[in-house]
Amino acid sequence: MRELITTLANGQTFLANLPEVVLNIIFISLGAVVLTTVCAVLALVGVYMERKVSAHIQDRVGPMYVGGFHGWLQTAADALKLLLKEDIVPALADKKLHFFAPILVFGATLATFAVLPFGRHYVMSDMNIGILYILAISSLVVIGTILAGWASNNKWSLLGAMRSAAQVVSFEIPASLAILVIIMAVGSMNLGEIVNVQVGGIHKWLIWKFFPFNLLAFIIYFIATLAETNRAPFDLPEAESEIVAGFHTEYSGFKWAAFFLAEYANMFMVGVVGATLFLGGWSSPFGDFMNSGPFQIFWIFAKAFGLIFVQIWIRWTLPRVRVDQLMYTSWKVLTPFAFVAIIGVGFYMIL
Amino acid sequence: MIPILFFFFAAVAIASGIMMIVHRNPIYCALFLILTLFAVAGLYVLLNAPFIAAVHIIVYAGAIMVLFLFVIMLLDLKSETSRQRPGGLPRILSIIMSGVLLAELVLFLRSGTANLPLVEGDLIIGSTKEIGNLLFTEYLFPFEITSVLLLSSIIGSVILARLKLK
Repeated sequence: MRELITTLANGQTFLANLPEVVLNIIFISLGAVVLTTVCAVLALVGVYMERKVSAHIQDRVGPMYVGGFHGWLQTAADALKLLLKEDIVPALADKKLHFFAPILVFGATLATFAVLPFGRHYVMSDMNIGILYILAISSLVVIGTILAGWASNNKWSLLGAMRSAAQVVSFEIPASLAILVIIMAVGSMNLGEIVNVQVGGIHKWLIWKFFPFNLLAFIIYFIATLAETNRAPFDLPEAESEIVAGFHTEYSGFKWAAFFLAEYANMFMVGVVGATLFLGGWSSPFGDFMNSGPFQIFWIFAKAFGLIFVQIWIRWTLPRVRVDQLMYTSWKVLTPFAFVAIIGVGFYMIL
Repeated sequence: MIPILFFFFAAVAIASGIMMIVHRNPIYCALFLILTLFAVAGLYVLLNAPFIAAVHIIVYAGAIMVLFLFVIMLLDLKSETSRQRPGGLPRILSIIMSGVLLAELVLFLRSGTANLPLVEGDLIIGSTKEIGNLLFTEYLFPFEITSVLLLSSIIGSVILARLKLK
């Protein structure tokens, strides 16, 4: 963040005269506000994209009226409607935890945005253990999900929460192992450094390094994060044909919107992390061409939304898996292949 | 800045630790334990050991506490059950254990270790590289023993699960 501050405060003498603590507090608060806004807007864009892509996959057109051009205001109108809806809390629910769960889910998702590199200088906190921080904080989302299911005092909610806990804890392992492959290849857990070794064009992306093991790791990472964000075909925690709406059955209004926003923000986070680790992050795929300043933000968004598009594509193409198939995928397919990738990369590095 | 954060994290850790013990509802106890673990992770960050802090959160808050919550919900522990005070041998054992811990704490405070001067400059003990070096050189034997222990516990749990099926 030091670079970001100096970039922004460049030439502003009144800022330079303030004590360091005050400066830190100002910039951290500003950054938090900016990231929250970005997160909310991205979620709206993500929902709109989901509706449009799913519509076209099913040979429909999707929302067309609100806002004029191809219904671009539809999700904003939906969000406004959700804010105005009545907030219903079941009489026998644990009121405090029922209130706290969506905050935890959205807050934990948002906290991961602090280390995402949107450009060489556009990163809130360029910490040395960036990728480990993301793994740590995003593991809190599942606690929020469990609490939501338990506090609702509803059988479907509890079943959904149980499924979510089992699923996320299982798929965290192949995801972490796939990330470990990249940490081995780069020798650093700093997201900025991971991007720096990939600057210079599409051929330097880490996905091509140690062929085919990094490619394998990318596929494992993608499938595992699909399950971690509760996306189809792994959306068992909210399988509407079996358990109503899973852990958020008893939620309405703004609290439900928080879960919804968190899901799309999570998808975006997973997309940015995937792009950063395997697809060159904010660096341009054409070497030095369009690789400066704001273009870096364009590239990371383009790559992340490309991955989100694939997530949506898979959701509307594949049917939902069964619980036993889910566990089979995680423990008997992804985890062994992740170990193969790690050992393979290890051999490459020694040879 | 750092002393303020230290006292903040320390206060949160102690307060939520106390809440964990006195709260009636097991779910809330588990949540306060998570909060305690977080505050301790914050203290690790202040000690320039972010790697340990992150691993602390991943292992305890992310994995173990999720299983705790899972079990509490599966068993559907009501708040009334925790109201019964343990009697007999468990009570005596717990009194002895807390007595030992208290004695350790008092001895530690009296030994003067707690009054050592602050270390100036950058600490490198907590960095990822340093931990890796120590684990694979000086503490290699305990490290390998731990992995054997974990392996045997995995095999044990698999065997127990298989036995129940028959």
